[in-house]
Amino acid sequence: MSQRLVNWFKYSSPATFYGLAGKLVPWFAASSVVLFAIGLYIGFFMAPTDFQQGEAYRIIFIHVPAAWMSMFLYLLMAGYAALGLIFNTRLSGMMAQAIAPTGALFTFIALWSGALWGRPTWGTYWVWDARLTSELILLFLYVGFIALQASIEDPRRADKAGAVLAIVGAINVPIIYFSVQWWNTLHQGASVSLTRAPSMASVMLAGMLIMVFACWFYSIAVVLVRVRAIMLERERSSAWVAEQLADAHA
Amino acid sequence: MNWGSLEAFVAMGGYGPYVWGTYIVTILLLAAEVLWLRGRRRTIVRRLGLMRDISRRRAHETQA
Amino acid sequence: MTTVVFFVIVVSLFPLGVGPEMDRLRPLAAGVLWVAALLASMLSLGRLFAADYADGSLEQLLIAPQPLSLLVLGKILAHWLVSGLPMVLIAPVLGIQYDLTGAPLLVMTLSLLIGTPVLSAIGAVGAALTLGLRGGGVLIALLVLPLYVPVIIFGAGAVEATQSGIGPEGHLSLLAAFLMLSLVVGPLAAATALRISVE
Repeated sequence: MSQRLVNWFKYSSPATFYGLAGKLVPWFAASSVVLFAIGLYIGFFMAPTDFQQGEAYRIIFIHVPAAWMSMFLYLLMAGYAALGLIFNTRLSGMMAQAIAPTGALFTFIALWSGALWGRPTWGTYWVWDARLTSELILLFLYVGFIALQASIEDPRRADKAGAVLAIVGAINVPIIYFSVQWWNTLHQGASVSLTRAPSMASVMLAGMLIMVFACWFYSIAVVLVRVRAIMLERERSSAWVAEQLADAHA
Repeated sequence: MNWGSLEAFVAMGGYGPYVWGTYIVTILLLAAEVLWLRGRRRTIVRRLGLMRDISRRRAHETQA
Repeated sequence: MTTVVFFVIVVSLFPLGVGPEMDRLRPLAAGVLWVAALLASMLSLGRLFAADYADGSLEQLLIAPQPLSLLVLGKILAHWLVSGLPMVLIAPVLGIQYDLTGAPLLVMTLSLLIGTPVLSAIGAVGAALTLGLRGGGVLIALLVLPLYVPVIIFGAGAVEATQSGIGPEGHLSLLAAFLMLSLVVGPLAAATALRISVE
């Protein structure tokens, strides 16, 4: 029992995690490529045309996965940040810093795809509906986190400050979403919300789910690569980094 | 199979610009992220290699 | 002082940009006043802890026997008295410039009364996190404005609810709930952030 406990904490040291992460990256990268291929194949070649929206609905196969990833990654980021704040572990802070750019990227993709979906379907590029407005605010939350960490030179202070911001943001996200929904129903009235996707044939659902996993594995691969870079940058004066590079050059 | 021809696939029932505009931008952004990370890793590894060479050279100089 | 001046100026600028027709200004009134109040409140946040940080008294606060959150709560209330309360007091005058009268005007003032302390509480967290950093005001804005969103939605929404006949009770109660929550969480988060920034 204590053996397993020790092993966990071993992986919370950057030195050990660096190696583990390096081994995992190729698996997740390759899997994501395969999943993207399958998901897009289903989305474009197996899913039938939607009765109401025509072919435009196929944007959903990237829009919804991107939106889910954007929210999930924010919670994950806030979770790691909180762990780093509570247990004072360096690795947790590095993980939070590594997740942020990818989360922001998916938020942007969700917004972009939402706009291009909205234009042919509802006539405008931008709709102040609950989902898109909340996504926009989520983007601001990500950018704020990244900007705050970028302007703090000391990495430990940057980790902790980012953690407070991420936690406050995470508490706010449901409040913001609820507020925006309330605001939206009051104003939109009869008009259709962008969030009401066409009723899903199971093929469409399958395609979307596979795309979610594709984005998920992509995120893991990319975040692990980034956290390895962060480790090298931050821990550059420590012995394990020198060893790693000696091995790499040997 | 949904599409009769390549032209039909590209046209996407008239929604081509929207659908492809979405997916192409997505692919470009994801590729950009991957390439950026490659560059970041290369930079730090190169810089650490230089630092190691400099400190080795200094160690030799102080020995000599 | 500068906060309320900024508030008045921004509110007065809007008609110059949008046109003087009251029919256009009246529905905008709540939103304009609330955004202006938000921005004005935010402008003075940089100074919340900066002076104490500069002369060393902030470090004294950190080692004081009283709980830091309580001291921060005091600073938040002080910030509100200086920047929030004056805006609440002048809001009726500005509301009249937008042809708000009677019940909507009262609700406007009430929403600001309940909402502006929330702005100070949330703002304190932003000010504490960015203490001593370059990028100052813009960075605080970026951090704090997304968190302000629920406040403005329900603050301005209360006025609109009054104007449309639904009644502001729901909005105002939620705003009051935000007030309670922010007065508890705000000082705690800001105190944590202060320790992080100063150590």
